[in-house]
Amino acid sequence: MQTYLGPPQLPSDDKRWKIVEATARRHGREPHALIETLHTVQETFGYLDETALRFVAVTLRAPLSRVYGAATFYHFFTLKPKGKHACVVCTGTACYIKGAPALLAAIEKRHGIKPGETTPDGELSVLTARCLGSCGLAPAVVMDNAVMGKIGPEEMLARIGKGIGR
Amino acid sequence: MTIEELRKIAETEREAQNKCPHKVCVCIAAGCLSSGADQVRDALKREVAESGMQNEVLVKGVGCMGLCSAGPLVSAETQGATQFAAESHLFAGVTSEDAPELIRGLDTGSNGLKRCPTNVPFFERQKKIVLENSGKIDPERIEDYIASDGYVALVTAITEMTPQEVIDQLLRSGLRGRGGAGYPTGLKWSTVAKTGEQEKYVICNADEGDPGAFMDRAVLESDPHRVLEGMAIAAYAVGAQKGFIYVRAEYPLAVKHLKTAIKQAERLGLLGNNISGTRFSFHADIRLGAGAFVCGEETALIASIEGKRGTPRPRPPYPAEEGLWGCPTLINNVETFANVAPIIRNGAEWFAGIGTEKSKGTKVFALAGRVENTGLIEVPMGITLREIIYDIGGGIPEGKQYKAVQTGGPSGGCIPSPHLDSPVDYESLARIGSIMGSGGMIVMDETSCMVDVAKYFMEFCMSESCGKCVPCRAGTQQMHGLLEKIAAGEATPADLALLEELCELVRSTSLCGLGQSAPNPIVTTLKYFRKEYEDHIAGASCPTCHTKEHEEVAR
Repeated sequence: MQTYLGPPQLPSDDKRWKIVEATARRHGREPHALIETLHTVQETFGYLDETALRFVAVTLRAPLSRVYGAATFYHFFTLKPKGKHACVVCTGTACYIKGAPALLAAIEKRHGIKPGETTPDGELSVLTARCLGSCGLAPAVVMDNAVMGKIGPEEMLARIGKGIGR
Repeated sequence: MTIEELRKIAETEREAQNKCPHKVCVCIAAGCLSSGADQVRDALKREVAESGMQNEVLVKGVGCMGLCSAGPLVSAETQGATQFAAESHLFAGVTSEDAPELIRGLDTGSNGLKRCPTNVPFFERQKKIVLENSGKIDPERIEDYIASDGYVALVTAITEMTPQEVIDQLLRSGLRGRGGAGYPTGLKWSTVAKTGEQEKYVICNADEGDPGAFMDRAVLESDPHRVLEGMAIAAYAVGAQKGFIYVRAEYPLAVKHLKTAIKQAERLGLLGNNISGTRFSFHADIRLGAGAFVCGEETALIASIEGKRGTPRPRPPYPAEEGLWGCPTLINNVETFANVAPIIRNGAEWFAGIGTEKSKGTKVFALAGRVENTGLIEVPMGITLREIIYDIGGGIPEGKQYKAVQTGGPSGGCIPSPHLDSPVDYESLARIGSIMGSGGMIVMDETSCMVDVAKYFMEFCMSESCGKCVPCRAGTQQMHGLLEKIAAGEATPADLALLEELCELVRSTSLCGLGQSAPNPIVTTLKYFRKEYEDHIAGASCPTCHTKEHEEVAR
């Protein structure tokens, strides 16, 4: 049980914790900064692990259950580390009717992973997005932050292959 | 900041821009950006610098020009004393390699680039209020916004009008909420204003979650100051001092432009304490969403800003009385706020003169799917669906047949061809079973199977249901299961009856809009395309599903 109200101890010497702490501080370490702080954790660490959730809970003086609840409620947050490369297939309505299911099927056939999964070697993660808002370019795929629009399965697989270097 | 000071900034900015006879604008909103528009802009700038034409050509990045499918778009405007006086061209699909040719061709007015005619219905049939600056101004420069009469409405409102006068203008304008439900904006404002003197909040709902909708993103990316100005005017009218913009984390560019805009407005004293030397203060802050569709519902959105899980709560009390941290809260959508400044600037009567009797003004739609011209459009209320799809949208590509248009996302419905001539306004769309919604408009042709479409939307609602109330949590799952059964050809007529019963149950007993409207896609497809359901049940192969499999194999 912590009794002091000062800033909690950082989990490690990792400088990234200071960035997380700064977000919490900017919002007065109030529980309402929870989502903003979780965003910072995910931005800096890539995902939310138990250490991070515990640290955020103590920093914002929020129950761990609430932190865990929010982290699992919102789709944007992930509790598992992502692969080195991320391929996001948009499954918004426009992309869906223009062939997003075929794109996902092609990835599964070639790389053996379904949306939300990562290849065993940790190289590639496949994710889906509800809508990237690039409906004019449907179907759209984002490979490591580069958007590819109006893309077919073959070209997409080639670009993914280039991205992960095989 | 006074009106005079604003005018001075505007004049200086206009002079600086008019110094160059050529103005080259590159669309750097998300659509074009994803096809490399930033590189095009940099290449153009480099080319201008290398050929020493800095005093003749001004290259700037601007917001969305609308025709996203033809991106990256570059417009070149030539004005002044040349023989090609005030000529304007739009180029489509420009690449960085085209930069030298484009710049060299400015003086002669000719080059070999792919031109995009602007005298076509896609541009001519639109009426721009919300998007009037989109594609014209640099969204990252407040001066450019001020040069287009920006912040005049805010300064006028707080120095010359009482809060009640502002609300009266909104009431008379007939503006209705653009988030989808169409509640009169002025009425909402006056409810919040009437709650007396206490802590109040203004929230801008920019959690645009409907798949296939990107209107709000385009507005925030292309003209963020317009939304801030609208929010500040609203805050003045209802007596709030603090505002939040709840924006999707999936829109990084919109967030970046908003952050820049807030900083710039604060620097010029157009946001912050004692704006224009009055007693009115307003601070705006950004809150990021985290990918929960239900947070578009206002009470869920408030819970999310408070740092909780985004689950809705029963209304009343409405947020107007008890909202963020229990305080009266005004929540409007991005597009609603974007309409405010023009209404104050041009008067309520001007706005009320556009549109139909009950739906005033314009509506921005994200036109996508199986249609020739996909992109962002703004049309006057009352235009027919046929005009949007065939005139503006250019019809269905590859000689295919129109089948349905889906409006309102997962809460809306599919409209078949017999209703193509119905006008686009809140009441007419509701009458044919769909809703106006936030503005997603997805056109489908004969290759889309309606059972599959209904299943797609139900899958969406099922996974986005927050789980708080049983009808939505369990109902969407059951409906999805039934649809899967039907799609697989394993269902019986009893399943169809059960599905219809469930639709009614979920609609009438769910806690929030998500559940109440979740059955809509099924209800409308059942109403207009019942035969497709029956064909699936009878085991007859669905011609459309069948074609689709063929297509996928062929690809």
